[in-house]
Amino acid sequence: MSAVLSISAVQLSAPSRRQRDVLPGLTLTLGWTLFWLALIVLLPLGALFGKAATLGFDGLYDALSAPRVRAALALSFSSALIAAGVCAVFGLLIAWVLKRYRFPGRGLLDALVDLPIALPTAVAGIALTALYAPKGWLGAPLLEYGIKVAYTPLGIVVALIFVGLPFVVRTLQPVLEELEREQEEAAATLGAGPLRIFIKVTLPALLPAWLTGTTLAFARAVGEYGSVIFIAGNIPMVSEIAPLLIVSKLEQFDYAGATAIACAMLTVSFLLLLPLNWLQGRLVRPVH
Amino acid sequence: MRAHQLQHKLGKWLLISIAVLFLGCFLLLPLVLVLVSALSKGLDVYWAALSEPDALSALQLTLLVAAISVPLNLVFGVAASWAIAKFQFRGRSLLITLIDLPFAVSPVISGLVFVLLFGAQGLFGPWLAEHDVRILFALPGIVLATVFVTFPFVARELIPLMQAQGRDDEEAALSLGASGWQTFRRVTLPNIKWGLMYGVLLCNARAMGEFGAVSVVSGHIRGRTNTLPLHVEILYNEYQFVAAFAVASVLALLALLTLILKRIVETRVAHSLNRGAHA
Amino acid sequence: MKTILLLTLLSAMSFGAVGAEKITLLNVSYDPTRELFEDVNRAFAEDWRAKTGQIVDIEQSHGGSGKQSRSVIDGLEADVVTLALAYDIDAIAEKATALPANWQQSLPNNSCPYTSTIVFLVRQGNPKAIRDWGDLGKPNIEVITPNPKTSGGARWNYLAAWAWAKNQPNGSDASAEAFVKALYAKVPMLDSGARGSTTTFAQRGIGDVLLTWENEAYLAQAQFTDDALEIVRPTISMLTEPPVALIERVASRRGTRKIAEAYLRFLYTPRAQTLIAKHHFRPQSTEVLKDHAAHFPSMRMLSIDAEFGGWKKAQADHFAEGGSFDRIYLVR
Repeated sequence: MSAVLSISAVQLSAPSRRQRDVLPGLTLTLGWTLFWLALIVLLPLGALFGKAATLGFDGLYDALSAPRVRAALALSFSSALIAAGVCAVFGLLIAWVLKRYRFPGRGLLDALVDLPIALPTAVAGIALTALYAPKGWLGAPLLEYGIKVAYTPLGIVVALIFVGLPFVVRTLQPVLEELEREQEEAAATLGAGPLRIFIKVTLPALLPAWLTGTTLAFARAVGEYGSVIFIAGNIPMVSEIAPLLIVSKLEQFDYAGATAIACAMLTVSFLLLLPLNWLQGRLVRPVH
Repeated sequence: MRAHQLQHKLGKWLLISIAVLFLGCFLLLPLVLVLVSALSKGLDVYWAALSEPDALSALQLTLLVAAISVPLNLVFGVAASWAIAKFQFRGRSLLITLIDLPFAVSPVISGLVFVLLFGAQGLFGPWLAEHDVRILFALPGIVLATVFVTFPFVARELIPLMQAQGRDDEEAALSLGASGWQTFRRVTLPNIKWGLMYGVLLCNARAMGEFGAVSVVSGHIRGRTNTLPLHVEILYNEYQFVAAFAVASVLALLALLTLILKRIVETRVAHSLNRGAHA
Repeated sequence: MKTILLLTLLSAMSFGAVGAEKITLLNVSYDPTRELFEDVNRAFAEDWRAKTGQIVDIEQSHGGSGKQSRSVIDGLEADVVTLALAYDIDAIAEKATALPANWQQSLPNNSCPYTSTIVFLVRQGNPKAIRDWGDLGKPNIEVITPNPKTSGGARWNYLAAWAWAKNQPNGSDASAEAFVKALYAKVPMLDSGARGSTTTFAQRGIGDVLLTWENEAYLAQAQFTDDALEIVRPTISMLTEPPVALIERVASRRGTRKIAEAYLRFLYTPRAQTLIAKHHFRPQSTEVLKDHAAHFPSMRMLSIDAEFGGWKKAQADHFAEGGSFDRIYLVR
């Protein structure tokens, strides 16, 4: 996902009316895009909202304000937030280290960053649980220090960090790539130290991409099921994630209630992503 | 000067150590655990787990689903990025966000939405039953769920790339008399081929590994509607842990292969960019 | 062209007439029956072939009982279902009208060719000296049981605990709820299914006692030989009745009704009953049960109808939104 999620480092040409007419294919491609989008994304999600709407406002309010639902939503959102935060900090560090320094094993580690996307979530879940269980490779030493990871909210955060890391790292890497040359030049001409350059030049430039990556990591983490369900304790009110609550509701044949929770989660994610994408589109950075 | 350089070096190695430690703990160890568990009873058991009939039919189904989903999302991705990257129109951010949505949807929901649409009690359920069309609990349902989940990959890979490349090349080709299709084939495609390849690799890896959404729409019919990830779950639930990790390792190795291919792709991109810069 | 079509049709029909065609049945089942149906299906196929010359291939689908029930409601074309609780099959009758509401009377013993019960599985030597439900109240004990919201077996566990508490001297629903609340406070995590819990207990070594089906306990003993796990039978338990049913609508449409009915009735034959006993399920047949008396000691097993007023009521009282399971977690 190296060139994927960063639009900040791109050159946006603003074609004049005449130019826009010269380049063909807008109707065809846009038409196909909208058609496919409607079919694959909008129609199913529409069904989702439609089902939730059958509850009516009162029903929706009741469904979403039940204590267990509130606890699960709070847990899902807060653990996703913490995980996204950790991913933001360490993702930045890792992207930096991978791009700027050479050391043995760099290639392997760089390749590994995509593992959470490619590995099935259930496999990740089972592996992480085995690692952090009381007798696991990491769980056992941690237990000596009194830190329990598996079957606690901490375990959930660990799994979500695993899932969200690629989004931050891969968003930052292409931007860092573009910035390298600029930094060198700045350093040469201004005689500024590396830390100063980092704070004054690099960070501001990275901000849009960093935000996007973190938000995507957050959005992913909120809905994550397969990797979390094994390592979470699933104790109601304590370590029960929202997706599990959705499954529980389905078990009770309460499809409407399940979709209500799903819509709540989706709406929040959408409201986070839209302004960011808009912000990204507005921030034009000349590349060369 | 010396002290400054030393400090710089220490700082650099500190950062590297933290990064390596973090990646090691969070990413490398789980992978190692999968591989070690898979091989813990020896190569014979490993191989037996993979050549078992249910495992083979799961592999077949997984490959088939990927072979259908990936090209569909490929065509979509190229079309979407052409429209978004080469043109200006209102609502572009909204469009991009909508394309992003499947990333944000919980896998549990991704399957559920198709049940709401095509299940016997769903929107199109009665119509489908009347016409004896099976979507859920059969191949079409699994493909739909997979397409949904991997929807944004190719598009999100190409959009920034095509935006970075701008319209100049295409406009030049058009002014020289090339048709739209010719321009696309001869100018755009070669420019984006590495991004395209990488998007396809990721899309494929995800399509093969999708678990949650497929679990809802699959029906879990052994030997018929179980994909590889579902088969891993079956083995795990039958206490056949080594076999479960063996099949999981196939998926993990497929993932690693994807990543290695990506490395090769990236190195060649870097080379071609350098060549372009120096030209 | 027409001649060719006609000839093809005729030859296809003649194939059918010869009887060498293959019929497929789909048996949608719950988790613990995987190994059982592998053997039973093979036996039935042999039996059916010997009787009618037809080759039958029985496909299996396994998963959580509730999830399987929902799949059938949503259109999974099961010819027969063999689930963990009557409630899950009632739901199919109610929401999908795929079989009559009185399906449970169609086959002997409330449509249960096998039953089981809830027992405890403990570590070698029973270090925490767990003998009965009351012992689970001792300090420093961790209990492993799955999530009643997603697992049928977990619901049986829950009800068994409740039933014991209620049947103690001065027992009532209130005291039962208090007991169950204290019990679940000792549960460190809730896996989504019975097998997940067994894995957590037996393979990851977490917890002091596992609450599970009797057949699962035996299976775990045989499977996890590193640790010599022991089965402890409480004084009171539930008679768990996992029923089987014909999904009439699907079977009639597919033309498999006769063979599907034969399949279900086959489960009551001595041959199948012996296989059932071999896989640690309590056979419905008294003769076969007597042959395996040592394996299936008699226990005081309460029935859901007598104790809880049937599944529908039990579900509403305990596992639905706002039921007792929700309540015990609300105030901690």
